Amino acid sequence: MGWARRILRVDLTAGTCTEEPLRMDWARAYIGQRGLATKYFTEEVDPKVDPLSPANELIWATGPLTGTMASTGGRYSVITKGALTGAIACSNSGGHWGAELKMAGWDMIVVQGRSPKPVYLYVEDDAAQLLDAEWLWGKSVWETEPALRNRHQDPLIRVSTIGRAGETGCLFAGIVNDLHRAAGRSGVGAVMGSKNFKAIAVRGTKGVSGIRDFKAFMKATVAAKKVLADHPVTGQGLPKYGTQVLMNVINEIGSLPTRNHRDVQFDGAKDISGEAMHEPRKTDGKPNLVTNQACFGCTIACGRISRIDPNHFTVQNRPEYWGASGGLEYEAAWALGAANGVNDLEAITYANFICNEQGMDPISFGATVAAVMEMYEMGVLTKEQLGIEAPFGSAKAVTHFAELTAKGEGFGKEIALGSRRLTAKYGHPELSMSVKSQEFPAYDSRGIQGMGLTYATSNRGACHLRSYTVASEVLGIPVKTDPLATEGKPALVKAFQDATAVFDSAGVCVFTSFAWTLADLQPQLAAACTEEFTLEELGLIGERIWNLERDFNNRAGFTSKDDTLPKRLLTEQAKTGPAKGHTNALDKMLPEYYGLRGWDDGGQLKPETRARLKL
Amino acid sequence: MQRSLNINPDKCTGCMQCELACSYENYGVFNPARSRIKVFDFHQSGRKVPYTCTQCDEAWCMRACPVEAIKVDAATGAKIVLEPVCVGCKVCTIACPFGTINYVQATGKVQKCDLCGGNPACAAACPTGAITYVDADWTGLERMKHWASKLGDQPHL
Repeated sequence: MGWARRILRVDLTAGTCTEEPLRMDWARAYIGQRGLATKYFTEEVDPKVDPLSPANELIWATGPLTGTMASTGGRYSVITKGALTGAIACSNSGGHWGAELKMAGWDMIVVQGRSPKPVYLYVEDDAAQLLDAEWLWGKSVWETEPALRNRHQDPLIRVSTIGRAGETGCLFAGIVNDLHRAAGRSGVGAVMGSKNFKAIAVRGTKGVSGIRDFKAFMKATVAAKKVLADHPVTGQGLPKYGTQVLMNVINEIGSLPTRNHRDVQFDGAKDISGEAMHEPRKTDGKPNLVTNQACFGCTIACGRISRIDPNHFTVQNRPEYWGASGGLEYEAAWALGAANGVNDLEAITYANFICNEQGMDPISFGATVAAVMEMYEMGVLTKEQLGIEAPFGSAKAVTHFAELTAKGEGFGKEIALGSRRLTAKYGHPELSMSVKSQEFPAYDSRGIQGMGLTYATSNRGACHLRSYTVASEVLGIPVKTDPLATEGKPALVKAFQDATAVFDSAGVCVFTSFAWTLADLQPQLAAACTEEFTLEELGLIGERIWNLERDFNNRAGFTSKDDTLPKRLLTEQAKTGPAKGHTNALDKMLPEYYGLRGWDDGGQLKPETRARLKL
Repeated sequence: MQRSLNINPDKCTGCMQCELACSYENYGVFNPARSRIKVFDFHQSGRKVPYTCTQCDEAWCMRACPVEAIKVDAATGAKIVLEPVCVGCKVCTIACPFGTINYVQATGKVQKCDLCGGNPACAAACPTGAITYVDADWTGLERMKHWASKLGDQPHL
């Protein structure tokens, strides 16, 4: 059946852990992970809830393919109402933690209430208990994992935890597992911290045995792995360069947001690219990149493991940062680099280490610093306020702010608010490059039109992982479309949104979709779960999940007015490159998109849409 | 011809497909906790190292067993645990210098790699060639070839 068929409910207020059978009717309608947890969440939580109040819930959810031999079957997501956004949040992570939870025999953990004092959850197969975490509070992610392994005398424990950023209420704090894999976005870590909930330590020895048809499943997963191995992106580009394969590509097409989206091309892009990570450094003759690394079950292995130059100013005489750890993915390299005009690869690797160490989303952090730098250059913010000179291009400022923000000190307390709140506080809300309070990732929508619609309509605020039309508009997957055209983009965005919801909900990585279509995923899901998961049915489920998330946001108070982009992208033309002279033509795409979705002009689900999707 | 598992840590990404395959082959379940091959992640260096029984000729586990529950598979050279004979005394786990034979709580017996009867599931599942199953006399062949290439790649005089 794929599912473990039971969930763990943790009431932090009461201090209890109880087992419940999984609602199989919901599993059938929403698959698992993102979809299924969103169903639980929206059934149980008032959309108007304050994200940082005890009434908000936090769900760690695996999918039916999590913990199986399906390639990339190790994912979990954290579902909550986002602290940064006030919208439905679903932050997805790899590593090994999700599979370990499944091995312990649980599909998901629903956490509610607020503990009167810091606690962590310890799960060993069927046994789950809340334990005192006063001794862990204040510890980083990198300190917490070994501390818990020591405490329980078990080196095989996997840990999902917040660092200082989540404890101090940084609104874009994430939850980190396996030291550097993160449920990073929307402030899920801030919600966890607000509950006095430090970590979940899991050890699972039961395994995944409930596959409906093992023989068919093995056949389907072997075939699908071959598709990944044979594809140039998943078989070659990603293993060699990681997502950083994109840095030079996106810069060349003039869609690399630079200096808070003032520019769309960065002359320092090559210095912080995937190729640069392979180059021996002038200082010590070694490359930044040590090796690639796979998450659980993944046959792509795009993860980066890097080592900072020990002579670099950020880590001089600090040997604790000289070891190998999670290196730069494209989004982090952009946010910590190009977004701020910084081309110092070692400095941004260090800032990325800090984000992992203390549990902070590098995208929102870097993009917020970009707004700070623009206000510094305008004279709105001064050196006295910031504690440092912060012009665009200053690696010292980025790394300094990373240290302060992660610990909630000095001006870091302001950066921890995220760009929308910070720019509004200092009188320049137009400088926040965000949608629904969440900062953009690394694609400028003036040069990739579909991404403008993607961002404007993403249910968790600006995000590339909800419909990665870059695949089509830039890479030609599955078909090449013109990145500067708006025709056909509403249908493209909708198709990507619905399909991605299925990939996420299955428990596999969305990067498989560079090579897989739903037709590659379907036989794996059907063999694991139920024959009722036909291609047509999965398409409908994806649409249902999207609309369920949308409906929650509508009831939380979001309207069609929130489906928009910052003025800069709608009115200021791209200055250089193939997109020169273009703005994002969102108004040409949005009404058609609403029509395709079956929503009214206000972005609300029409009754017939609700009926068709059984919502 | 006997074959050996040949492990090249440089190619290992830490994906765990080998552990999943091992547990599925032997127990019909996806469960690294039941795998007879383990992947170790050395975080500070970034290295991932798969490790399992090398099937010693002078097998300490076999010699230490008081009830002769470990025998040699003549075809593969694997040292195999005879579960009906094993009494779960665990003396073999003390004798093995490498830690690759271990007790299983669920069965009350020990277990170790048996080379899957000559078709090891771990090697078949490895996506990068970090685990291969090659001529037991020539596990060094690839490494020799690597260094020989220093000569082989030179132009003819």
